[in-house]
Amino acid sequence: MALKAKQLTVGDTYTVRLVEDLKRTQLVQYAGASGDYNPLHTDEVFTTRVAGYPSVFAHGMLTMGMTGRMLTDYVGDARLTRYGVRFTSQVWPGDTLDATATVKAVNGDRVELDVKTVNQDGVEVLSGYAEARIDP
Amino acid sequence: MAAKHFPVQSGHILMFARAVGDDNRVYADEAYARDTEAGGIIAPPTFVQAAAQFDPDYPLRPKIGQPWFGSGKTASGVDRPPGAGGAGGGLHAEQHFEYHRPLMAGDVLTAVNRPGETWEKEGRRSGRLKFSELITEYRDQKGELVVTARSVSVFTERAASAPAERS
Repeated sequence: MALKAKQLTVGDTYTVRLVEDLKRTQLVQYAGASGDYNPLHTDEVFTTRVAGYPSVFAHGMLTMGMTGRMLTDYVGDARLTRYGVRFTSQVWPGDTLDATATVKAVNGDRVELDVKTVNQDGVEVLSGYAEARIDP
Repeated sequence: MAAKHFPVQSGHILMFARAVGDDNRVYADEAYARDTEAGGIIAPPTFVQAAAQFDPDYPLRPKIGQPWFGSGKTASGVDRPPGAGGAGGGLHAEQHFEYHRPLMAGDVLTAVNRPGETWEKEGRRSGRLKFSELITEYRDQKGELVVTARSVSVFTERAASAPAERS
């Protein structure tokens, strides 16, 4: 499961498709699970007529959460030591997202990763880093 | 996120994992999880954000008997001008987590906030941008640090052109 230092090379990449054609219902699911009920993510009437956006859009933390699956699939369960991101573009219903981790450095029992998630147009929606414990 | 009592429950973990599209059995299957390195059901990496459920004052949850700004009979349940956006807070610009140990089902956390740095920047489209950090320490039932979170919010002069999420 966990990564091994001797099998890692700087520049290695790991990519996972996080979601295809993101549905509004998934935004509702995330609102319910996370407790963030901001209508901007679930209430099309409020978001278009009052807030002035073209439609509801994803919680940044949903994109970070989905990207987290890519990371734990790669580094193994209970191995992350750090994970941080910047939200660089909005994610809309209908989007298809791919997340990639790139090995930046291997230091003893730790791997440092660059993390990036892009949409179907290649636009970066999330950019960040992670660090995980690895085996020798 | 501030919470005096944030019980990390397996059912909540299951719902959260489903919402982020993760069917890893370590979040759902007790018997399977017991034989993994962590030795039980663990929480996904961003799960502590769900402390919002246990923050009595969390502003983005409808509260019984109080006005809510989402749509009902009208486009907003409260009187607010068009373009006024979400709860009037900033946009969520960054989120960082430091994991001191795996978060497990059965843990009971407290979450305590402290302010971090603040800074300003001139935005290309949105005028002056004001950034502020909030640091949250999640401690377990023994008072030991489990997760340190750092959230960066950005407040813009002109609302609708902002790049990130309103929080």
